[in-house]
Amino acid sequence: MIWQLDLIILAFVIICGAGAIAVKDLLGAGILFGAYSFMMCLLWAIMGAVDVAFTEASVGAGVSTVFFVAAVFRTSRRTKD
Amino acid sequence: MKILALVSILLCGGVLLYVTDYFPVWGDPASPASLHISPHYIQGSLKDTAVPNIVTAVLADYRGYDTMFETSVILAAGIACFFILRVSSNRRPDAKLYRHIPTGITLRIEKGGREPLGSTEFERIDFDWVPYDLIINMTCRLVVPFIQLFALYVIAHGHHSPGGGFQGGVIFGAAIILFAIANNLRQTVQMMSEKISALLSAFGVIVYVGTGAVCLMLGGNFLDYAALSPVLGVDAVHARSLGIFIVEMGVGIAVTAVMVWIYYNLSSAGRQDEGL
Repeated sequence: MIWQLDLIILAFVIICGAGAIAVKDLLGAGILFGAYSFMMCLLWAIMGAVDVAFTEASVGAGVSTVFFVAAVFRTSRRTKD
Repeated sequence: MKILALVSILLCGGVLLYVTDYFPVWGDPASPASLHISPHYIQGSLKDTAVPNIVTAVLADYRGYDTMFETSVILAAGIACFFILRVSSNRRPDAKLYRHIPTGITLRIEKGGREPLGSTEFERIDFDWVPYDLIINMTCRLVVPFIQLFALYVIAHGHHSPGGGFQGGVIFGAAIILFAIANNLRQTVQMMSEKISALLSAFGVIVYVGTGAVCLMLGGNFLDYAALSPVLGVDAVHARSLGIFIVEMGVGIAVTAVMVWIYYNLSSAGRQDEGL
């Protein structure tokens, strides 16, 4: 475990999480959630939980991003608030 | 109202951060979880189940109930998406677009008009259709079989390396979704119809629960795969290993089918006629 690397990835996790809430474009929010999941996947891998990292990469960063994009495609791209 | 929400969120977050201090340190060998149950799994899983990957042994054998209900939750998610989104396919759009493949001319056929059904020169296209990109199409065609093979490897090799039914199922479903994105939804639905995906998602859960029920009928406890040894023709330890494999196959089938099913309903707003 390298704490500098840890710190950088944790900072990215927080940036992606806050960005996903703040951004007005819902497609962008979906992509940011994907990036967030990928950063979480890296964190799990660093902590030695490889099975959880694998699940996070396939479900969080993979399929759920596609679901978000599909939902945005069928609804609206901009938030009301 | 917004300020109230902000205050409550800050309060909850503050309490959570405050309580985190009382957690055992990361990887602490003296933490309650590491004292009793972890040594049992670490020392006993290979002897009990002949599975080198402890996570798989815990997931599908020691904590079989957990995984069974997780699979049921995924099935419930698929069914919920179906009931919320699916609309009757009888309500067809008033007009349909057909593309004449040799010339690239698009025909708009109003309701009641004669459709070029069964013709190889025409193909039906979506209203938001864009011309096929050769690179994307060919890349997906090349990549999809390898993704599917990798998914099967992940399911089958879960005993020895990270992976298992959930991850493999999601990857297999993602391969089918990739095909749907690269081509179109109608073609994918023709290959793997909604009925098949719905039946398969229930079938996967039945495989899991059925394995447990067979154990019960053979005189063991529910999901105690050691009871399967007379049926499988191996000793009790290897019967547990094989039982885990059967169960992981069930999970993989259920997850694959549910992912595809949710995607069908989500990307076409429940009409499964035109979609991403």
